[in-house]
Amino acid sequence: MSEAKTELLKIDDLRVSFKTDDGVVKAVDGVSLTVNSGETVAVVGESGSGKTVTSLSVMGLHKRGSAQITGSIKVRDGERMLDIVTATDEEILDVRGRAVAMIFQDPMSALHPFFRIGNQLAEAYLVHNPGKKEEAKKRAVEMLDLVGIPDPLQRANEYPHQFSGGMRQRVMIAMALMNSPKMLIADEPTTALDVTVQAQILALLSDLQKEFNMGILLITHDLGVVAQVTERVNVMYAGRIVEQAPVDDIFYNPAHPYALGLLQSVPRITVHGGERLKAIPGQPPSLINLPKGCAFAPRCEYIKHADANACATLMPELLGASPAHTARCHIPESSRKEIFAAAMKEVRA
Amino acid sequence: MFHFIRKRAAFAVATILVVSAVVYLIFSLLPFDPASLTCGQRCTPQIIEGNRIKLGLDKPIWEQYWLFLSGIFVGRTYGAGSSAFSCSAPAFGYSFNENACVTDMLLEALPVTLSLAIGALILWLVVGMGLGVLAARFKGKWPDTVSSVFVLLATSLPTFVTGLALLIWVSIKWKLVPLSLSGYVSIFSNPYGFFQYFILPWITLAILYAAVYTRFTRAAVLETLGEDYIRTARAKGVNEKTVLRKHTLRAILAPIVTLAGLDFAGLIGGAIITETIFNLPGLGRLTLRSVYEFDLPVVLATTILAAVVVIVMNLIVDMLYAVLDPRVRID
Repeated sequence: MSEAKTELLKIDDLRVSFKTDDGVVKAVDGVSLTVNSGETVAVVGESGSGKTVTSLSVMGLHKRGSAQITGSIKVRDGERMLDIVTATDEEILDVRGRAVAMIFQDPMSALHPFFRIGNQLAEAYLVHNPGKKEEAKKRAVEMLDLVGIPDPLQRANEYPHQFSGGMRQRVMIAMALMNSPKMLIADEPTTALDVTVQAQILALLSDLQKEFNMGILLITHDLGVVAQVTERVNVMYAGRIVEQAPVDDIFYNPAHPYALGLLQSVPRITVHGGERLKAIPGQPPSLINLPKGCAFAPRCEYIKHADANACATLMPELLGASPAHTARCHIPESSRKEIFAAAMKEVRA
Repeated sequence: MFHFIRKRAAFAVATILVVSAVVYLIFSLLPFDPASLTCGQRCTPQIIEGNRIKLGLDKPIWEQYWLFLSGIFVGRTYGAGSSAFSCSAPAFGYSFNENACVTDMLLEALPVTLSLAIGALILWLVVGMGLGVLAARFKGKWPDTVSSVFVLLATSLPTFVTGLALLIWVSIKWKLVPLSLSGYVSIFSNPYGFFQYFILPWITLAILYAAVYTRFTRAAVLETLGEDYIRTARAKGVNEKTVLRKHTLRAILAPIVTLAGLDFAGLIGGAIITETIFNLPGLGRLTLRSVYEFDLPVVLATTILAAVVVIVMNLIVDMLYAVLDPRVRID
């Protein structure tokens, strides 16, 4: 990692909303984050927190007209930064799969069941290098080999149903790497896989990242995955980033009650028999007509430490003593440290 | 694959045997005396008894069935001596009403019905899939509306209305297509005449089926466009046109081929209404005429033929499916 860090993805104040019959769903509400080369940035949150919508926005995969998108998503393409929000369809098609590629959650359904693996890989190359069929085929086999698929020349002629889940996710990764993108978006890449296979896929992603000096935006709900491979973490709740911090800070020094709650609810092998698994009470709010104020306030255990009026009426800003570690919380940062540290002791006990 | 085909073919043959036996049994239980149907007004009991023996109707039912079956493979001779007449294999019986071997009658009618069914099939596949894809591509826009109006009209209008309307307006009033008084012409001897002869029946049949296929294609395309693998294709940078033409159409091909195969089989069994309106001497009209005239050997043969076509088409569709969907390949 001797290369200088370059900014590959810069999301600034991204807002995505969908019109539905019940009202406007604000799926993403003011998300900003940056991914540099060689670095893995995680977006963590539960279902419906807006993490997948964010990742699809980066790829420009929302249907025109269905989603209202404002803010900016700047993606590096060589020397220039292309803003996906204002780019034309042609510009987006041009960077998709070449400058920025994506792998998806469910490898069982993400590959076309009727096309041979080799052809599906080759297509990713041919789209951006028209006419170079021989090269595309050669590269497909190389990539299959690179992601650790044995006998790649023969496997390229097979169909997706002849591959196991883990192998298919390797194929997806190979497909994403066909054009050597600098930026990779991984949307829950290990969620549908067995735990042992999860570890292999994460290790593979780390290796490839080092080899190509890629930036990875990792979307996940799995804190175990976050701990293994990421440098910086964004915790999302109800369409907003509620805490962003270096990975160690999230695990040892969380600054938002929701992040703390997530850590407390991770099952631990050291837990004493008969003890109940801790859970965050309540449900995430509907994204239609979100109440004013902190979206997490109704579920917050620590609301007594803050000005309840502020929690109910004012959305806290993403602030912190250090710009590297910020959170949206009305509890004064100094007292938060104490309270959360005590709670974390319990977690580690 | 070869083993798969052999197994399915053996199964198909067994099914055909059972179907033919059941059909034969049903016809032998009918409250008519087939022998007395063989001659007209001036019948005498002697002629009837003579015909009964000639046709083998005096024998027990299982032996009659056996004679019928073996006739298909080795031909059959009726009667003996100078009054004997024979039908060469494959013999499906003898029609006293027409004084002809049933096989010859079927062979005369089959090309007409095949021409009708194949032409209509091509037409409805093109129109139905085309409209369906357009409707899905422009969902909620005017092409979608136009196609739903077409679907509604085409499914509501019965064949005899569209057929007669086409005849009256296109042939008689506007004189765009001549009324075919000359009879069936083969595509090989006179392609233009063949086309003129069949164009209106094709349209009549195709309208009905095109509506079904439009709806089916629209739904299938919309469903496929929501699949994860389509999102993967888009994420590769594949443009929308290729997503639709290559990735989506490839995925809906297998179910459409299945549907088309079975509909096609149904048509061979008898597009009775269309053939009657346009006076086409095909299998449908042959069936209808023989039912009216109690020409039992012909009814028996066309019934079994219809069943055989459905069974054979099922076999073909199964094999095509194995070709089209790699997941079905069985080795």
